[in-house]
Amino acid sequence: MAEFSTLISKLRATWDDHLQPDEASGAVVVGAEHIRDVCAFLQSDPDCYFDMLSCLTGLDNGPEAGTMEVIYNLYSIPFHHHLMLRVIVPRDNPEVPSVSSVYRTANWHEREAFDLYGIRFTGHPDLRRILLPADWEGYPLRKDYRHQEYYRGVKVEY
Amino acid sequence: MKEIRYRFEEENLLKSEPNALRAEDLKAEEMILNLGPQHPSTHGVLRLEVLLEGEIVREVVPHIGYLHRCFEKHAENLPYNQIIPFVDRCDYVTAMNNEHIYAMGVEQMLGIADQIPKRVEYIRVLVSELNRIASHLIAIGTYGMDIGSFTPFFWIMRDREHILRLLEWASGARLLYNYIWVGGLYYDLPIGFEERCREFVRYFKPKLSELEVVLIENKIFVDRTANVGVLPLDLAINCGVTGPMLRASGLRFDLRKVDGYSVYPELNFTVPVGEGKMGTVGDCWDRTWVRLEEIYQSLSLVEQCIERLLSDHKRTRDFDPQAVVPKKIRPARQDHYVRGEMPKGELGFFFRADGRSDVPFRCKCRSASFVNLSVLPEIARGVLVADLIAILGSIDIVLGEVDR
Repeated sequence: MAEFSTLISKLRATWDDHLQPDEASGAVVVGAEHIRDVCAFLQSDPDCYFDMLSCLTGLDNGPEAGTMEVIYNLYSIPFHHHLMLRVIVPRDNPEVPSVSSVYRTANWHEREAFDLYGIRFTGHPDLRRILLPADWEGYPLRKDYRHQEYYRGVKVEY
Repeated sequence: MKEIRYRFEEENLLKSEPNALRAEDLKAEEMILNLGPQHPSTHGVLRLEVLLEGEIVREVVPHIGYLHRCFEKHAENLPYNQIIPFVDRCDYVTAMNNEHIYAMGVEQMLGIADQIPKRVEYIRVLVSELNRIASHLIAIGTYGMDIGSFTPFFWIMRDREHILRLLEWASGARLLYNYIWVGGLYYDLPIGFEERCREFVRYFKPKLSELEVVLIENKIFVDRTANVGVLPLDLAINCGVTGPMLRASGLRFDLRKVDGYSVYPELNFTVPVGEGKMGTVGDCWDRTWVRLEEIYQSLSLVEQCIERLLSDHKRTRDFDPQAVVPKKIRPARQDHYVRGEMPKGELGFFFRADGRSDVPFRCKCRSASFVNLSVLPEIARGVLVADLIAILGSIDIVLGEVDR
């Protein structure tokens, strides 16, 4: 991963304090409030050119850890680089700026993360539930999720 | 007498999946048309909310989730090897490809990816390519039916049946195989499979040219699809579109070549891209044509795999396809993203293993159809209603994969 260290030094030059490279996992931890700008920089910089957002994952570390994460897997088609960005937010108020204005892929993926984890993406054009019904209670992929007993008079437990 | 639990009330519909567009905001001459979720041209249970002005589509809002089966929640409660049947059900027409990519990801996390015997890898590629042909046949056949050509659908069903029989012979199931395991295979190929495969390829090649002449180059088909739903390349990349849709827009991007996983670097094949032969690069016709060309490439891959399986990596009496299958699958603590090319595009799995348990802490499925469908509102603005159906069919979605 020679490219990884050059990428990191390039990123470091602009966002010194808000980045923590995690060499073991090959990921970069980004401060939540900067994720949109970091993505915009990575996409437009001619040496990085991460033009594709492969995957956006929401993740819950559980009530003990008290954090949630959003993980961005970026890929650069011309340079064949991969980069994983991680944003860690507190569990009681998960709020991350939306990157859907940079990568339109993020639009539905962020809706999915909102739907299943309750992470709010500020600046998202259309943050509605996507997979579950709009009046479903709770966020099913949280580690402490308990499903509701009845949904419109139909028992949820099968 | 059993108690009736659910009582139909019309306002319930508005609560569970309300319209995104509001009737009050409409201009004169505009109307909202609801298409689906039960509609033959939506290929499953997809609901489209369409804002029409006369015959012209002004806005499309897809509503998905009618086939949501909680794959990711199930995956957090199951050991790695028991997730494979669930992975099959994500995209139920290309189960082998899903299994292949999933098994590859877990093997990479365990660090046993380089210990897999070559024969196992060739068998994996062989069955994946057979399944890719089956998937593309479904895509082309149902697309033909969407826009009014009925006969080719029966032809592709007839030819696909041969593939399903072959895969049933190998795995015991017609659609949901659970054949590729983490570290190996369920069984070796049955004796005589290679010869039967060759017979199929010989039988199928003329049928494919027939399909090409009757459907793809048909004047009515070309008129309905050429210059319709053009997806520009920059929009495609920004929306994360992959697979035949991206290649039809003119980028030679195939993960089998780019990442070179499994034994694909040892095999000869080309990646077809859209050339705009009948209209513009990236239109509906190009997408269908790319799929057809990919079937030819897959047939060539099948032939090459059989050749290797009969010469260098022959069946031997003591060959055990489960030799490397780990007894206990417990990857070290890590985040891992694996991706591979399935017929619809890039299928990715994001794993987080906590290093202490046999179940993944998080397993996210990045499915190709989900991302490809999200581009529909962008390219369906300003087209006719009939073209909307043509565009939707050319995306080749499988709702099982969109909703997971």
